[in-house]
Amino acid sequence: MSTSARPADALRADDKPTQTPPSAAARKIGGVAGWVDDRTGAGKAVGYLMKKVFPDHWSFMLGEIAMYSMIIALISGAFLTLWFVPSMGHTVYEGSYVPLRGVHMSEAYASTLHISFDVRGGLIIRQIHHWAALMFIVAIVVHMFRVFFTGAFRKPREINWVIGSVLALLAIVEGFSGYSLPDDLLSGTGIRAMQGFVQTAPVIGSYLVYGIFGGPFPGEAIIPRLYSAHILLLPAVLIGLFTAHIVLVALQKHTQFPGPGRTNDNVVGFPVMPVYAAKAGGFFFIVFGVISLMAALVTINAVWAYGPYDPSPVTAGSQPDWYMGFADGALRLLPGWLEFTLAGFTFSMNIMPGALILLPLVYIVVGVYPFVERWVTGDNREHHLLDRPRNAPTRTAIGMAGISMYSVLMFAAANDIIAIKLHMSINDITHVLRAAFFILPIIVFWCTKRICLSLQRADRNLALHQRESGTIIRTPDGSFFERHDELTADERWILVQHEPVAPIEITDGVDENGVAKPASRGDKLRAKLSHFYFKDAVNPVTPAELAAAHHDGHGHEAIEAADEDDSAQLGSAVPSRDH
Amino acid sequence: MNALAARRRHPAAIAVLLLIGLFLMGAAYSAVAPRPAEAGVVSQDDVSEGKQLFQANCASCHGLNAEGRKTGSGDAIAGPTLAGVGAAAVDFQMSTGRMPMRAPTAQAPRSDTIKFSEEDIAKISAYVASLAPGPAIPSEEMVDPTKGDPAKGGELFRVNCAMCHNSSGAGGALTRGKYAPSLMDVAPKDIYMAMETGPQSMPVFNDTNLDSTAKRDIIAFLKSVEEGGNPGGLSLGRLGPVTEGMFAWIFGLGLLVGIAVWLGKKAA
Ligand code: HEC
Ligand code: HEC
Ligand code: HEM
Repeated sequence: MSTSARPADALRADDKPTQTPPSAAARKIGGVAGWVDDRTGAGKAVGYLMKKVFPDHWSFMLGEIAMYSMIIALISGAFLTLWFVPSMGHTVYEGSYVPLRGVHMSEAYASTLHISFDVRGGLIIRQIHHWAALMFIVAIVVHMFRVFFTGAFRKPREINWVIGSVLALLAIVEGFSGYSLPDDLLSGTGIRAMQGFVQTAPVIGSYLVYGIFGGPFPGEAIIPRLYSAHILLLPAVLIGLFTAHIVLVALQKHTQFPGPGRTNDNVVGFPVMPVYAAKAGGFFFIVFGVISLMAALVTINAVWAYGPYDPSPVTAGSQPDWYMGFADGALRLLPGWLEFTLAGFTFSMNIMPGALILLPLVYIVVGVYPFVERWVTGDNREHHLLDRPRNAPTRTAIGMAGISMYSVLMFAAANDIIAIKLHMSINDITHVLRAAFFILPIIVFWCTKRICLSLQRADRNLALHQRESGTIIRTPDGSFFERHDELTADERWILVQHEPVAPIEITDGVDENGVAKPASRGDKLRAKLSHFYFKDAVNPVTPAELAAAHHDGHGHEAIEAADEDDSAQLGSAVPSRDH
Repeated sequence: MNALAARRRHPAAIAVLLLIGLFLMGAAYSAVAPRPAEAGVVSQDDVSEGKQLFQANCASCHGLNAEGRKTGSGDAIAGPTLAGVGAAAVDFQMSTGRMPMRAPTAQAPRSDTIKFSEEDIAKISAYVASLAPGPAIPSEEMVDPTKGDPAKGGELFRVNCAMCHNSSGAGGALTRGKYAPSLMDVAPKDIYMAMETGPQSMPVFNDTNLDSTAKRDIIAFLKSVEEGGNPGGLSLGRLGPVTEGMFAWIFGLGLLVGIAVWLGKKAA
């Protein structure tokens, strides 16, 4: 606006009337807030955040569990740094844990024992830290499941999905680096295994090992190096990416499940202030409480029982923490005959696929899935309404198949524990799991898809024929019929709201000169994949079908929802809208 | 005295001294050396009664004279020969309930129902020991955990035993359904005899590998693990990350999701 164009007497014409001064109480808070706002301009952003609306569903809290567990790990980790000595220097233990007195060990291990037995509250903080780390990654994984199965990764949220995949990968690297720090027999074996894995990198393997360990294994450098990664580098990157993740959620707004009054353009839920903030804040303490409960009651990583690391012994039942289990399991399943030598170099294909390739591969596959799906479906629209998993049967089935493969690998890492606890032969378990790795995903895919399609058909049935009441009614003229209870409009909306889908057809097009052009190879592949996704799609009941079904009925059902646009207004509750 | 002093330089003196020295050494050695300490006095009667018991209970698999028996199908044996396994092997196998074996499984399992009295076991041990020399049953003192050094025992245990039995003695799997059992609540004497005799897939740790002090240190270590309890709370079977992961998924996640569902249901 250009003020210069105004006549002098109209300069203040647009001014708003002065507001009534705030109450004394409001002035008190407002004073501080205002002081900060004047200097930072934070008021706008805070106001924006406060007014954000967050939809309510328990599965949306899985991400929060991850966030809070990370914060708890950070806080408890800061406490541990006060005593932990990241050094492989030699020392003789003289602390209060009798069975290790007089044993030679590294300072890292001795300081972990010191934290456990001689620092007041040290053991519970160690256990909180480790349980929080496990829960952090458990929560990340189930959060990822939620996002995947509801299709929340679709446009415009692909970037956030990719950020999430990187976070998940970094979280397990962070976990591994922490797990390795105490330099006990178990984690030392883990580092030893890691050294072996790095060595399997063709040609450069041994040089890499020298680089990482600063000389031959084990050297003195690895613990200090892991320590700086664990408490500085990785947490910084994790926090940075996590912030980006949350900021994107705020900017793009949260997705919501379909329901009355919920459209692709609004968000139905509660504003952050005060309701959601109170709930979320309370939930932080609940997560903290649950983790503290676990830490108070259940031992985790009993480093004193493992003894100090020494390259010669290995203990039965050496497993990594669960999130590295799938990689360990892959190693246990890979047959030994895959190793070969070529031109004087050894190619350890019995180790490398599980040790070096699998880990990044899993996260790359996860990271690119949204792009693949978008290409196959050709769906370039924005989606803010979530899919019910059954309404995307192929995606749901792919996800379940992936989970089954991952789980087979994870259980394979525990093959010895399963053998001893269930009195089975470890060889048999390994053979069965090898086969399962290839067969199970197919079975799981098929079953999941069938279940989804049946559920969709059941939904159609329900929408068309209402709910069978089990009450048989005899009419005065002597005929019988079963009364069907009416669905409410809200209930029906959930059954019919999703979009119909169909496979893309390949059309041999015509190029710019009007000459017939056969479909390109890419198009053909895409059509094939689209067919794979959608060939047996069960589409939602259309308004016409619904109307027809109701006319067939006994004439006592009112017909609503003439067409889809109308049905969007069926919902009654529209608590608030996000702008 | 003078006479002795006079003969000090006699050419034979040195030989005599040597002899005396050797004799003393030998005597000292036999006093100190780990002796196949026979538990109690074994009479000829015990041996013959033991033989009868053996023939009644064990011969079906081990042969009438403990010479071992084949099953008849291929090279499979019903039971190995027991000549030279020693009294310790019999005592260990019978007092842990492994023998007489009940069914042909991958490995004779430990059992709490022991059908034989201590006297019967002693008699059968005496009989088997009479067949050929072998490791003997240790004395009380040799297995007394209070006399051992648990820290040293721990180091020995991690180097010699942990790869099969797990670093805290929780047990571990071997190939084809065989397993190294948990070592919790095993009697000190049985631990000692297991090392002496190497049951089934376990190697023998004789006195040149681990002398009797080392064995006692290991016993002391295992007992200290047992008595130490679990400073961190429930141990989840001391199986390490596998059960910890299960606990996080089932208990931790289960509880948190339960609460999240409850919170989600609660209208604001
Ligand atoms: C059902 C058959 C069977 C019966 C009955 C049986 N054994 Fe055995 N026994 C075996 C087998 C098989 C082994 C070998 C186990 C192995 O080493 O895997 C064995 C091993 C042993 C050993 C260990 C040998 C060694 O090398 O350390 C002893 C000692 C022994 N048996 C004693 C007895 C005595 C004493 C009895 C009777 C009370 C008995 N067994 C009854 C089958 C049997
Ligand atoms: C190669 C693996 C292996 C090693 C190494 C090994 N063991 Fe064992 N151990 C076994 C097996 C297998 C058994 C089960 C034998 C049986 O059931 O008859 C066993 C049984 C035992 C038992 C009997 C437990 C019971 O339930 O009665 C004791 C005690 C024992 N071992 C102690 C030791 C000690 C101490 C060491 C180290 C000095 C050791 N073992 C080293 C495999 C091993
Ligand atoms: C800035 C944040 C963090 C700091 C300062 C920190 C600090 C530490 C320190 C000093 C140790 C060694 C002491 C000990 O083991 O008792 C440790 C161990 C460990 N850390 Fe962290 N940590 C942080 C974050 C995390 C996160 C996010 C995870 C999970 C992904 C994690 C997982 C672990 C694990 C598994 C151990 C081994 C714990 C054990 O000994 O039982 N840490 N951490």
